[in-house]
Amino acid sequence: MQSHAQTNKAVLDRYMSLPQGTRVQATYIWIDGTGEGLRSKTKTLEAKPGKMEDLPIWNYDGSSCHQAEGSNSDTYLHPVKMYPCPFRKGDNVLVLCEAYKYNKEPTKTNKRKDCLAVMEKAKEHKPWFGIEQEYTFLDQDGHPFGWPKNGFPGPQGPYYCAVGASRVYGRDIVEAHYRCCLYAGIKISGTNAEVMPAQWEFQVGPTEGIDMGDDLWVARYLMERVAEDFGVVVTLDPKPMVGDWNGAGAHCNFSTKAMREVGGMKHIEAAIEKLSKHHDSHIRAYDPNEGKDNERRLTGAHETSSILDFSSGVANRGASIRIPREVSAQGYGYLEDRRPSSNCDPYSVTMVIVKTTCLGGE
Amino acid sequence: MQNNAQTSKAVLDRYMSLPQGTRVQATYIWIDGTGQGLRSKTKTLEGKPGKLEDLPIWNYDGSSCHQAEGSNSDTYLHPVKMYPCPFRRGDNVLVLCEAYKYNKEPTKTNKRKDCLAVMEKAKEHKPWFGIEQEYTFLDQDGHPFGWPKNGFPGPQGPYYCAVGASRVYGRDIVEAHYRCCLYAGIKISGTNAEVMPAQWEFQVGPTEGIDMGDDLWVARYIMERVAEDFGVVVTLDPKPMVGDWNGAGAHCNFSTKAMREEGGMKHIEAAIEKLSKHHDRHIKAYDPNEGKDNERRLTGAHETSSILDFSSGVANRGASIRIPREVSAQGYGYLEDRRPSSNCDPYSVTMVIVKTT
Repeated sequence: MQSHAQTNKAVLDRYMSLPQGTRVQATYIWIDGTGEGLRSKTKTLEAKPGKMEDLPIWNYDGSSCHQAEGSNSDTYLHPVKMYPCPFRKGDNVLVLCEAYKYNKEPTKTNKRKDCLAVMEKAKEHKPWFGIEQEYTFLDQDGHPFGWPKNGFPGPQGPYYCAVGASRVYGRDIVEAHYRCCLYAGIKISGTNAEVMPAQWEFQVGPTEGIDMGDDLWVARYLMERVAEDFGVVVTLDPKPMVGDWNGAGAHCNFSTKAMREVGGMKHIEAAIEKLSKHHDSHIRAYDPNEGKDNERRLTGAHETSSILDFSSGVANRGASIRIPREVSAQGYGYLEDRRPSSNCDPYSVTMVIVKTTCLGGE
Repeated sequence: MQNNAQTSKAVLDRYMSLPQGTRVQATYIWIDGTGQGLRSKTKTLEGKPGKLEDLPIWNYDGSSCHQAEGSNSDTYLHPVKMYPCPFRRGDNVLVLCEAYKYNKEPTKTNKRKDCLAVMEKAKEHKPWFGIEQEYTFLDQDGHPFGWPKNGFPGPQGPYYCAVGASRVYGRDIVEAHYRCCLYAGIKISGTNAEVMPAQWEFQVGPTEGIDMGDDLWVARYIMERVAEDFGVVVTLDPKPMVGDWNGAGAHCNFSTKAMREEGGMKHIEAAIEKLSKHHDRHIKAYDPNEGKDNERRLTGAHETSSILDFSSGVANRGASIRIPREVSAQGYGYLEDRRPSSNCDPYSVTMVIVKTT
């Protein structure tokens, strides 16, 4: 029962080929009160916006996004980044926004404002990030896409990076999303099928500073829209299927300029030492529910570390922090923090990593 | 329940027509720990790769491919050949890779490394190969594609090279695959419907040396992807249906420069003589389970030789080695080794043939 996919795409294409004149559509995108949900609405602009300042501040009904009371609900949208729109093409744009309350304070789930301040403070470290966004396709009934109804596929083993109709489900959506990201200028660096069937991963990076959160949120928006177009549900839940099935994470690869240079290993080790002293505050920042979501995922099995302990190791996928083997071999590079949940806020994640490793912690 | 076919291809086409700028997608392909499964993942490159050296070494989680422990799982991908990508087109590429363990040794199922060394050693013989890859289409429930559910078609007879909706199943996939191979520069030499309904064959060759293994593995990858796109399962199992149904093989046609020249027949006969002395070693190399898979197929019936004995003969499809009749007539040409299983590793097969002969 794929409701959105049931509307005839040939009919849509006929209308979308109509010229639209000089007016341009701008889709404003924001994060709602859950800290993981994305919302958007569109505004017509008289002409193509040349720069950010051409995009007006807007507002929306915060009480319908779990962010305000009905009696005082206007919540403001401040444009922060613009991307070409892969859905409407032409001069149409997507506009990522920060949300502000009536009193000019950021909304509770607007983590970008503080993240940007931290990135500004740490900018001479040139912090680079790459996030591996895992996610799962579900059918309209909530069961993973492609799985037998009222049943389960064979056990994990054949599905990671697989090919073939009995092993991967939903590749078309992955392909379409990849192309959208390339079109929109998102720094998507790759994709692969994951260990659980109907689970996939895309990677965004390397990006510097605030760009990581910006590009990842917009990439998530693109994934939601593309999957919607195919009539398939996407979930960023970190443990969509209980039992002997992998969870989903958002492993965050991180480096500073010093780590990337010859001899950088000592800086990597120093960073890991600092991270080891702040495990609890990081866990709280690594999903939108202060660790409660990750509890279901970080069990120590299924290539995760336990949520209770901090650990690190070279090429060790069961540790909190993994040092890639080639980084260890050449003596410089980056580290991989495997703790963040798939539904984390990348602004929270990147901010706390930089605070702990570059700015002396809390 | 053909799920990948359920996602709308019209929607996909709309997205795939978006321009992608100067960045290029490279799909890295490797053989997993089973020795017959293919895996792949994609990396964005900043620009089109001009030569193989432009493609970086990469790595993957070997513990998810039956190749490593989770505590030490990084397994390396070394690009060895590049092909235009028929799925994403433009400047996008497919990259065939060899897999190496953390200690720089090849993975157990990386047979290419040793094969390449053998081909180098034997190169003045100019060994040519052509492999006839047989395979079967299955539906999502595991039953052959097009067969009646919970039942069987009429007995074999009408299906080989047939035409007509009651006799061939899945031609669209065969056609699409053929076109992809031509686009990608794979040396595909032909296709035909096979004796069992829903069974088909494509041939790759003639290719020299290491190219046989390379082109065949990539042709298999393309077949898996194309069939996935149609929502149909492909199997390389050598005996997918027990009973009075043919199995599937990967007959390997082989010749050296000497065999191909006037009077070459004596070289062909000398090669057969050598092969006759190494039957067991070859059988072990002719499927990924050292002969256990082929046991189900090489029974001596259904146009196979028995796995237990070595035999050869002109135009004899029941022998281990068949000499085509026209080769016998003109006195030179090639031989056909009918023993390899459809799920064999072509690197193992071509390497042992060259080593022996």
